[in-house]
Amino acid sequence: MLKVKNLCAKIEDNEILKGINLEVKAGEVHAIMGPNGSGKSTLASVLAGKEDFEVTGGSVEYLGKDLLDMAPEERAREGVFLAFQYPVEIPGVTTTNFLKTALNQIREHRGESPLDAVSFLKTIKEKMSLVEMDQSLLNRSLNEGFSGGEKKRNEIFQMAVLEPKLSILDETDSGLDIDALRIVANGVNKLKSKDNATVVVTHYQRLLEYIVPDFVHVLYNGRIVKSGDKSLALELESKGYDWIKEEIGSIA
Amino acid sequence: MSDIKETLLNKYTEFEKSLNGQTGSPSHLARKAAIEKFEVLGLPGPKTEEYKYTHLTRLLGKEIDLGLTAQESKLSREEIEKFHFPHDEANVLYFVNGYYKSELSRILSPESELKISDLHSAFKNHEEDVQEIYGKYLNHEDSFAALNTALSNQGVFINVEKNKVLSHPIIIYSITDTSVDTPVYYPRNIFQIGKNSQAKIIETFQTHGNGKSFINHASEIIVSESANVEYYKIQEDSEETFRVDNTQVIQYRDSVFNAYAFTFNGRIIRNNLNIRLVDEHCESHMFGLYLLKGKTHVDNHTVVDHEKADSFSNEIYKGILDEKSTGVFNGKIYVRPHAQKTNAFQSNKNILLTDEATINTKPQLEIWANDVKCSHGCTTGQLDEEQMFYLRARGISKENARAILLTAFAEDVLENIKIDFIHEHLHDLIYRRLNN
Repeated sequence: MLKVKNLCAKIEDNEILKGINLEVKAGEVHAIMGPNGSGKSTLASVLAGKEDFEVTGGSVEYLGKDLLDMAPEERAREGVFLAFQYPVEIPGVTTTNFLKTALNQIREHRGESPLDAVSFLKTIKEKMSLVEMDQSLLNRSLNEGFSGGEKKRNEIFQMAVLEPKLSILDETDSGLDIDALRIVANGVNKLKSKDNATVVVTHYQRLLEYIVPDFVHVLYNGRIVKSGDKSLALELESKGYDWIKEEIGSIA
Repeated sequence: MSDIKETLLNKYTEFEKSLNGQTGSPSHLARKAAIEKFEVLGLPGPKTEEYKYTHLTRLLGKEIDLGLTAQESKLSREEIEKFHFPHDEANVLYFVNGYYKSELSRILSPESELKISDLHSAFKNHEEDVQEIYGKYLNHEDSFAALNTALSNQGVFINVEKNKVLSHPIIIYSITDTSVDTPVYYPRNIFQIGKNSQAKIIETFQTHGNGKSFINHASEIIVSESANVEYYKIQEDSEETFRVDNTQVIQYRDSVFNAYAFTFNGRIIRNNLNIRLVDEHCESHMFGLYLLKGKTHVDNHTVVDHEKADSFSNEIYKGILDEKSTGVFNGKIYVRPHAQKTNAFQSNKNILLTDEATINTKPQLEIWANDVKCSHGCTTGQLDEEQMFYLRARGISKENARAILLTAFAEDVLENIKIDFIHEHLHDLIYRRLNN
């Protein structure tokens, strides 16, 4: 589904990604771990199409197409979803209106007819229960005044409504208490299928107890330096990141 | 520039001759005083502080022959009715190039509530109310206002009787037909809202054709004790329209006045909104929204003058400026020595969509009383990139994302509109503008 080859990216004069290689197939869950500042969130943003980052080399193939060639909205319409680490507050735009516009533009792209008000409401009610989100949030301004947990749940709720093929969860666990974490993870698990894939970007192993990865990659200093199965996450949890740094250091 | 002044003074002399039969009447005396004031002031020049960023005189001199008088339009009923927007049952008045179109207008409210007279006839027939009120309140320190009083012979006098809640709003369509030779005209509207009464007034300004025009418009609004007035102005002129709008409001004890000003188009539009709170316990709200593009220049000058204690005023003006459009906001709040316990707030926020669009914004608070609460704030910025990306990352096109964010920005003003059909009409206008 996703083939990242030697991806390099910078922001202003800072080289952040220095040759990422990653392949994700349908049905798989990949975890990308790494210490702060290793480039995890940059990778997530670059895949979603954030223009602050300049891609300086490499390629990204998504479902046989050049992902880097697409505008952010095209990527979303093709099924790429980024759950933001810091969901943006948008005063004056209700969650309902926002989602309706988004869903119908995606449907249009897929050649489907727009949902009418009734079917739309039915869909969102169904999906809200998935993340145990309070209905009152729907008519409030998008993320405005939401608690940290509500914002993250809102991300997964949007993911449920938009039904992406490739979901990238950027530090979705950060700032969540254990109950919220369980709810969010539960939502993600319910959405998992053999046809879609999930990339979980996280600093801690905690989330991976609930969303069990097939592969774990360690990102350090702009490169994936180690890959393994879920046991790698446990090892990182018990030993921290220093041994990785040392290992890299000794190779260099 | 002195040429223009000469032209205007000659125009007055000529106009005065046509007032045959009105000589010596109070309205004639008001005109004489106003033209004398104008003679002293002249039109605002490059050094006139109040017109520092709006070079109206220079452009008028270049582009408009101020010696002209607007001719009556030949537009058919159907052509005029095209300017109609969907609304509930209302008292509707049509003016084209300043001329009252009685055959198109319809008054639904009974005369026990509402008296409407066309100013032109009112002057001719020496209607006492009009004679008494004409030019009494308008601030003639603005030379365009002085000119309007001197030269106006058209418009409407609206009188809402005391203790009446108007059953229907009043909608005034003012259409400029530029298919006649450059319309130049001076409409004047006077609204007298009786004690303890309520009225909703909507004025819309539109243009037929792409020719040039200059409209020097003035309104006087008297809000009597305990009266409640909502006053909407929707300016949708063409990009060749020069417009000066002077609106003078005077509020008496316990009255409430809500002003709404929406500007979408024009060459140069200058709005002066002056509100005097001459007694205690008054409440005033001023909401403004300007959505500009092309080379449009819009200048909103507002003054709220707290003369007595215990009043409240609040002002929110917002602007979205695209392409090479330019804007000016100047908001004055005066709190006079006797106006203790005044609460006065003001905010002006702008979004510039291009590097070439500009806005000059200036709050001006002058406070002589010591026990007051006043605040003001202004911001100017671009569209928020993070918000744009968030919307696009959910599949929403760049154009739609932009429109969504700008509509949300405008919503702070729109949410204060109390008439549903006006709210819808503006949403529609804004939607069309933002989605082209």
